[in-house]
Amino acid sequence: MTDQRPLLEVTDLVKHYAVRGGILRRRVGTVHAVDGVSFSVGKGETLGLVGESGCGKSTVARSVLRLVEPSSGAIKLNGTDITGLSKADMRPHRRSMQIVFQDPFASLNPRMTAGDIVGEPLGVHGIATGRAQQDRVAELFAQVGLRPDQMKNYPHQFSGGQRQRICIARALSLGPSLIVCDEPVSALDVSIQAQVINLLIDLQRKNDFSYLFIAHDLAVVAHISHRVAVMYLGRIVEIADKSELFANPRHPYTQALLASVPVADPKAKRLAPMIDGDVPSPINPPSGCAFHTRCRYAMDRCKVERPALVAAGEGHQVACWLNDGTGRAPEDL
Amino acid sequence: MTEAKAADTVLDVKNLQTVFFTNSGLFRAVDDVSFSVRRGETLAIVGESGCGKSVTALSVMRLVPDPPGRVVGGSVTLEGKDLLSLDEAEMRNICGNRISMIFQEPMTSLNPVMRIGDQITEVLRLHQEMTAKEAWAKAVEMLRLVRIPEPQRRAHEYPHQLSGGMRQRAMIAMALACRPALLIADEPTTALDVTIQAQILALIVDLQKTLGTGLILITHDLGVVAQTAQRVIVMYAGKKVEEATVEDLFENPKHPYTRGLMASMPAVISFGAKTDARLNEIPGMVPSLTNLPPGCAFAPRCSLAMDRCRAEYPPLQETGADHFAACWRVAEMGAAP
Repeated sequence: MTDQRPLLEVTDLVKHYAVRGGILRRRVGTVHAVDGVSFSVGKGETLGLVGESGCGKSTVARSVLRLVEPSSGAIKLNGTDITGLSKADMRPHRRSMQIVFQDPFASLNPRMTAGDIVGEPLGVHGIATGRAQQDRVAELFAQVGLRPDQMKNYPHQFSGGQRQRICIARALSLGPSLIVCDEPVSALDVSIQAQVINLLIDLQRKNDFSYLFIAHDLAVVAHISHRVAVMYLGRIVEIADKSELFANPRHPYTQALLASVPVADPKAKRLAPMIDGDVPSPINPPSGCAFHTRCRYAMDRCKVERPALVAAGEGHQVACWLNDGTGRAPEDL
Repeated sequence: MTEAKAADTVLDVKNLQTVFFTNSGLFRAVDDVSFSVRRGETLAIVGESGCGKSVTALSVMRLVPDPPGRVVGGSVTLEGKDLLSLDEAEMRNICGNRISMIFQEPMTSLNPVMRIGDQITEVLRLHQEMTAKEAWAKAVEMLRLVRIPEPQRRAHEYPHQLSGGMRQRAMIAMALACRPALLIADEPTTALDVTIQAQILALIVDLQKTLGTGLILITHDLGVVAQTAQRVIVMYAGKKVEEATVEDLFENPKHPYTRGLMASMPAVISFGAKTDARLNEIPGMVPSLTNLPPGCAFAPRCSLAMDRCRAEYPPLQETGADHFAACWRVAEMGAAP
């Protein structure tokens, strides 16, 4: 799957936002939204990106699409560095990367019909117009499980799950090789969530594109991803193949995150929060390992030196000083 | 219900019916729902959006906006008092005092221009004979009880100065300040991150045990239900479709909707599971309450539906000890597949 060159390569991505204050709007601080993130996504692969609110996962998504300009770092799509491209040079690449947002209510124009919404990218990129566009849209509707006669309906006439299907059809319309999904199911009901996840999986099997799948719900990420990266305060703290990550989490934060998910089994009563306190502010993130303020294994070194993401087993990388930089072995649990 | 149980009952809701009169017609948000909560017990109400779980809670608190909504039938008895027959003043005495509620989004339910300490003090002074000083001391004690660090200082802060988790703690402190007999928590952790959710749920369960409060927990998350509740009600399209003890419900769900819900949840730790295994989905979508099908509301999405399901609504039947389900085919529903 990842034998050849990866489809997407992100190296040392940094995005800082200025905090301005006072009458002169001087820079009074910096939000370290994304602080040196590197990862790659192979062809036909799904990389899940998990983390709690404010960890920078959405900023990563938007930077990859150049919807926000990264402060530094490189983003390579199919081997081409797209970081410095001008708007015009960027356009041909836009066809190969699309996004599905969280809120299907806010991401569809209420005054356009569903068919026009899905057909618009085809017109913008000069791929199909008129009759041909209509036919292509009808085909896309069928692919995402909507009826072609619903093309003339407006977004408000659809339910949440159906609206997300429209967003997916729109993302598919240009035949992308990468679809970024930013919390695509978190606004949906449980029974509808399953439908949309299944649709995403089916479409990937058929079209062989890659997903960068962002969610805070570990269960959803665990289900759809091939590999998973865990973010905390703007950095990736652990990345591994899905089954490896969930079976042998090595970073104390990943372990705490997994332990915090309520299990749908009354016999497994284990509501013991593994970490106390809140996520620190990304304006003044803690020195060293950003997690040291909440980590029960924090050592002196963790407070001063920032651990790098290093290999700790087959296809497994972790950023933790414990056990010579390999994190806490699961057998210590 | 046995004598001993009855004495312990904090809240008893019988045949509750709440309707909304809208331009597109009348719809029954809560249709003939009965349940009771005992001292120190946690009852979870689960269902998807629009199933009536929140309106049930609002009806108990008599907070259903009228118009367009109105409680048109049934009774709500709290500690032997029929809440539906009380006048406004009497009800105000009870709300926040004997029965209180916490909501999903703490930022919208806290007053942004009042200090946290003042908001808790207000509740205390309204319901209990306390001087301002005593009430403030008690407010600080409540903040300490919900494990807010430096409660003295935090009491002087405004809601925007607290994090989401802290705000929800402050809400809990306020709700429990008068030691209510019943606490209703409507999706109390849905807006929070998972590590904070674990902290808040542990806190609620812990306080409920020490204070002996009855708790109604409204949620869509079956994981939260499994970890906190003793008894569970599953609602669908305004009706109670299943009720059981938590162990029984998860081990032996009887209603096809409950089974569908459980199957459609992705399990988090699917060790070794195939990466792109499909989830079991419930086809179709939740029906609109203004346009309910005759018969069982779940029938259009149910793989077991027969002609009778489409024509007649199934009554709630006892299928085991303390286990009820409203399904025509309940007798055929053996152990979960």
